[in-house]
Amino acid sequence: MVKTILPLEISNASVRRRGKTLVGPVDLILAEKGFTTVIGPNGAGKTTLLRMMHGIERLSQGTVTWHGPNAEVRGRQAFVFQSPIMMRRSVRDNLTYPLTLGKTPKTEARQQAEDWAERINLKSALNRKATVLSGGERQKLAIARALIRKPDILFLDEPCSHLDGRATREIEELLQGAHEKGIRIIMSTHDMGQAKRLASEVVFILKGRIHEFSPADAFFDTPGTNEAKAFLSGDILE
Amino acid sequence: MTELFEGLKAAFLLLVRLDADLVEITLRSLQVTLSALVIASAIALPLGAILAVRRFRFRRATIAVLNALMGLPPVVVGLCVYVMFSRSGPFGVLGLLFTPTAMIIAQVIIIVPLIASIAHQSLRDLWAEYHDLLISLNTTQRQRIATLLWDGRRALLTASLAGFGRAIGEVGAIMVVGGNIDHATRVLTTAIALETGKGNFALALGLGFILIALAIAVNFAIHWLTRTEVEGRW
Repeated sequence: MVKTILPLEISNASVRRRGKTLVGPVDLILAEKGFTTVIGPNGAGKTTLLRMMHGIERLSQGTVTWHGPNAEVRGRQAFVFQSPIMMRRSVRDNLTYPLTLGKTPKTEARQQAEDWAERINLKSALNRKATVLSGGERQKLAIARALIRKPDILFLDEPCSHLDGRATREIEELLQGAHEKGIRIIMSTHDMGQAKRLASEVVFILKGRIHEFSPADAFFDTPGTNEAKAFLSGDILE
Repeated sequence: MTELFEGLKAAFLLLVRLDADLVEITLRSLQVTLSALVIASAIALPLGAILAVRRFRFRRATIAVLNALMGLPPVVVGLCVYVMFSRSGPFGVLGLLFTPTAMIIAQVIIIVPLIASIAHQSLRDLWAEYHDLLISLNTTQRQRIATLLWDGRRALLTASLAGFGRAIGEVGAIMVVGGNIDHATRVLTTAIALETGKGNFALALGLGFILIALAIAVNFAIHWLTRTEVEGRW
């Protein structure tokens, strides 16, 4: 078993559907450590880029290469979707599900589920159905379910897009905690404030092409492209 | 109208007296139908899940055929099973014709497409909901199917109950393969057909009411045992 599946190398990768290029060609190397935010306007290809990296979007060309054997790679990544997918089970069973796939003993899985439920303030809801939780609670549960397997890398697709300030803060704290524990995070967001608060580096994507990939401070202080400048100043990019 | 009241009266009297013949054919009806239901569900529910999850060459054609087979004429199924199990047929040596086993086989053939089709419809929707998550979690085909069957169990219960409804009221096929032999293969539906043929409408209606009551009781029992509609929003 390799120590980490990072760095991630994307080489000349594109995703085309029905003759239209959604993303690419993309060349990108993501290092072992860091908190990357992917920003760009609606329809720029943020979600497709994340899905492409995670391997749930079929490539039309190019390669996405992880540092490790294929059999191991997928199991060491986790993905949190924009609309959290809640299994029709209790909060506890949603949390234990990824562990039971990995043959973790039932008692250990339940213990870990309880620990995580406490961390996300859902301990009192352990036996409630996950589908009746509020939007913020669902997203926290989805993140906890992703983190419970201790992934090397966590992808998040606009995890706070439908949430209020308080829920957003709770999720940011959760993500910062995960990042401090060494989990590599790649997150798409619309929220520039959130990107500034969390990111160590920024990928700016427009019309499926990466226009900028730079440290967060440099990107926000002195964006290198006119498109990035326009985006940061709030212009509508066509 | 008088005959309906006579029928109700007959049903009431049969139940109060706990008529031995009635008990026997009722138990046989339940035995045949529930056995067929368990076997058919064991085949049809995983089949519905496989059709929802797996992509293979003739998948759409398979689904279309399965849907078409929902309307399979029972009497034709009965005839086919009869031919297969008759003395000169390929399975004649088993000597199953005119036994409850042959009736169960016929009912399984009739209800498998029905249960599989309904199961596939509901699991297809659940798969659409879970697809990204289960792919992301790197689950195997077997794990995906098991997850869908478990999480979709309440919808699958409805599929199985639809199969039960079709099987318990079935008469054409089991009349052909069972032969309606007294104390051997007579069940409620074939008894109703026999009494109607004899012009004994009150008794036929009485048996009919008992059949309806039995179907409702089994449905209630299954719902109660599985706690459907008790908890949660699904």
